[in-house]
Amino acid sequence: MTHQEISELLKQRFPDAILEIKTTNVIDPFVKVSQPMWKEIALFLRNDPAMQFDFLMCLSGVDYGKGALGVVYNIYSMTQKHKVNVKIDVPADSPEIPSVADVWPTANWHEREAYDLIGIRFSGHPDPRRILMPYDWEGHPLRKDYQVPEFYHGMKVKY
Amino acid sequence: MTEILANPLLTSTGRQLRREEVIVNVGPQHPATHGVLRLEAVLDGEIVVDVIPHIGYLHRCFEKHAESMTNYQQVVPYVDRMDYCAAMNMDFGYVLAVEKLLGITVPERVEYIRVIMAELQRIASHLIAAGTYGLDIGAWTPFLYMFRERERILDLFEMTCGARLLYNYMWVGGVSHDLPPGFVDKAKDFCSYFRPKVKEYNDLLSFNDIFVRRTANVGVLPAKTAIAYGCSGPVLRGSGVNFDIRRDDPYSVYNRFEWEPQIGRGERGTTGDCWDRYMVRIREMEQSINIVEQALNQIPGGNVSSAIPKRIRPNPGDVYVRTESARGELGFYIVSDGSGSPYRVKGRSPCFSNLSVIPEISRGCMVADLIAIAGSLDIVLGEVDR
Amino acid sequence: MEQFLRNIFDNDFFVYGIIGIIPLVWIIPYALFVIYLERKVSAHMQDRLGPMRTGGWHGWSQTIADMLKLLQKEDIVPAAADKKLHKIAPFVIFIGSYAAYAVIPFSSQYVGSNISLGLLYVIAISSLAVVGILMAGWASNNKWSLLGAMRAVAQIVSYEIPTILSILVVVMIAGSLNLQDINEMQSGWFWNWFIFKNFPFVFIAFIIYFIASLAETNRTPFDIPEAESELVAGYITEYSGMKFAMFMLSEFVNMFAVSAIAATIFFGGWNSPFGEFLSGPLWGVFWFLSKGMVFVFVQMWLRWTLPRLRVDQLMYVSWKVLTPWAFGCIIGVGLWMVL
Repeated sequence: MTHQEISELLKQRFPDAILEIKTTNVIDPFVKVSQPMWKEIALFLRNDPAMQFDFLMCLSGVDYGKGALGVVYNIYSMTQKHKVNVKIDVPADSPEIPSVADVWPTANWHEREAYDLIGIRFSGHPDPRRILMPYDWEGHPLRKDYQVPEFYHGMKVKY
Repeated sequence: MTEILANPLLTSTGRQLRREEVIVNVGPQHPATHGVLRLEAVLDGEIVVDVIPHIGYLHRCFEKHAESMTNYQQVVPYVDRMDYCAAMNMDFGYVLAVEKLLGITVPERVEYIRVIMAELQRIASHLIAAGTYGLDIGAWTPFLYMFRERERILDLFEMTCGARLLYNYMWVGGVSHDLPPGFVDKAKDFCSYFRPKVKEYNDLLSFNDIFVRRTANVGVLPAKTAIAYGCSGPVLRGSGVNFDIRRDDPYSVYNRFEWEPQIGRGERGTTGDCWDRYMVRIREMEQSINIVEQALNQIPGGNVSSAIPKRIRPNPGDVYVRTESARGELGFYIVSDGSGSPYRVKGRSPCFSNLSVIPEISRGCMVADLIAIAGSLDIVLGEVDR
Repeated sequence: MEQFLRNIFDNDFFVYGIIGIIPLVWIIPYALFVIYLERKVSAHMQDRLGPMRTGGWHGWSQTIADMLKLLQKEDIVPAAADKKLHKIAPFVIFIGSYAAYAVIPFSSQYVGSNISLGLLYVIAISSLAVVGILMAGWASNNKWSLLGAMRAVAQIVSYEIPTILSILVVVMIAGSLNLQDINEMQSGWFWNWFIFKNFPFVFIAFIIYFIASLAETNRTPFDIPEAESELVAGYITEYSGMKFAMFMLSEFVNMFAVSAIAATIFFGGWNSPFGEFLSGPLWGVFWFLSKGMVFVFVQMWLRWTLPRLRVDQLMYVSWKVLTPWAFGCIIGVGLWMVL
């Protein structure tokens, strides 16, 4: 199915959760989704026989600046061989997104990375620890307004 | 978190240890973890009850560096250093993503050169993977034979771009140097030299009874689990899933060549065990030689730097492009805000997802099997941690 | 030899002292040489050259250079380790290997101690190495060392059974445990050697003995205790400097000891293969050492070719494959002798 058809199907099924569908004038089409219903949408994407999105290719956290964070999901179906890109935007002062780690176990580590580097909290995640930075690091390095701390455990951080 | 770390009777995930269990750290400094990886293994005697991987020891924040570059071309050396054993494949993935963002096409000759380099690099990377895997299992000699072949490939690379490991060769819109005179003949010599060597490896290592006993039926990864965990590359194909991005989601000129993706069939044990993954890599090397030979025969003439843009200033937008690197699906998600430097570059590395499947497949195995499993997943920590 | 020395010295101390030191005269140059040989053999098998520079011609003094380096190294004892055990462990292992040389006849005139229970003594004393390994693993205060030491103990103790059983085959044929007697029974041309008697039982017993001895000396495919890719270096991990050199020395000394036993009981020891030609006390030394070196070379060859067995597979091989076959050989030889 093309991205347009997938988006239409999603819009029919979850009319108030789908915020925006963009398939023209853009290199990679996407669907923007509001965060409360995301878990149900993910389960629908994986289990529906017409969709069968079983392979989460990539989950990226992005800091859009001006107090907005977001997550982009690129999902692929091994059986139907089609792709969908889903975006979720959250404000930086309360960045909560439902975790899809039990829908696609790939997301387990990718969400830990998004939390670690961008600071987005995934509710319901089975193991919400940092993954790349040390476990007691403070701050989220990939944010645009990130300040490198002076000292970490008595060691000078800046090179 | 610090309370959990300070208590010696809890594992890192906060689980209480039973009386007969012992926590042993494989790594971060260890000859067999292929880099700085710490596998916290909870052992009951010799049996692994649980294993918790800890990564991040090689995190060099390449994504943050990429945001401060003034030019998309300057990110290429950083991308090289992600998977330093397969640097050409990393370059390939990144420049394809940026070219899609810009909407430019490259000359035919550049496409063929890129394919030749990527496939030679795939062979070199699989030689490292298989050689070090033999070393983990205890076979010291195949490692050196494979590195002997790898030297010839690195000679070819050095002839072209001057570097042996980290090339900065593929640029957005082209490649940095054209193939030097004599490259095509030397590469064809290498192809005919290499084919009988694969048979040598099979005789010495692949079908050796002890090796088969160590790796067959060990670390079985069912196909559904592999897909759910996002595994790709030889790990996925070793579990019997016939999926290869070069064929199923084609990019560059791969659809002009005759070759077959190799999958594991459980010949010596169960489908999806360590032996299958290892054998997929050995067989893929043969297929890559086929591709290289066909490309060398079909390569057209032309100018390789005609499409390299003077200034890279893509329109605002984002793109996700994936390629088949030696270790699996390498994806780059690039966000541009219209300026000359990237806004966000996310490298989706194959080993990151491949590594996450270790706790799932190593419960109940023995310590020696844990090493065999970690070796068969073929991880390079540079890619996992970026 | 004893008579010869008594004629020179009258003092018991000197006589027995010199008899005790003579194997060292062989072992020290042998250790220097065999470490270099291993590096060269492994290099050529791996399509590379090995040491080439130290000393000029093909790096012949590489081992001497390594010895000098190890002598100068700092001797590190981990802070929380059991210091006494940590210090004596390498020497206990060396004693276990070296003491076996007391009864091995180097020639018709030289045997350290011509006791009538030679073979029993050899097997018993080489088990002392197990104690040393366990001491080393425990005293290092390191979980990895302990794991390696436990595996080593399990391996060595299990593989002693096939060793003893295959030696028993030879004892049944020879009727004596005295190694010098066993050697004298094999004099003459090479078809008098025990390996060709009661074919194929003694031959199979030799194969079993050789495989079991690979396990006794912790060589690949049975080098789990020092498996570099799993346990860093197993029970040797926390050792540095001269103690580490002692471990390495013990391993090579042990290798030659088991090769020497194999040469003695199966292949005629110091007997020349050509009967009366090229035989005599000094020629005996030459034949004996050559046969030992051939087996040392085969042990090296196997190390660089085969991968490593996992611990449970190793146990399986010992208990379910080698031991039943060894029993079969004993029964076979017994029946042959009776019928």
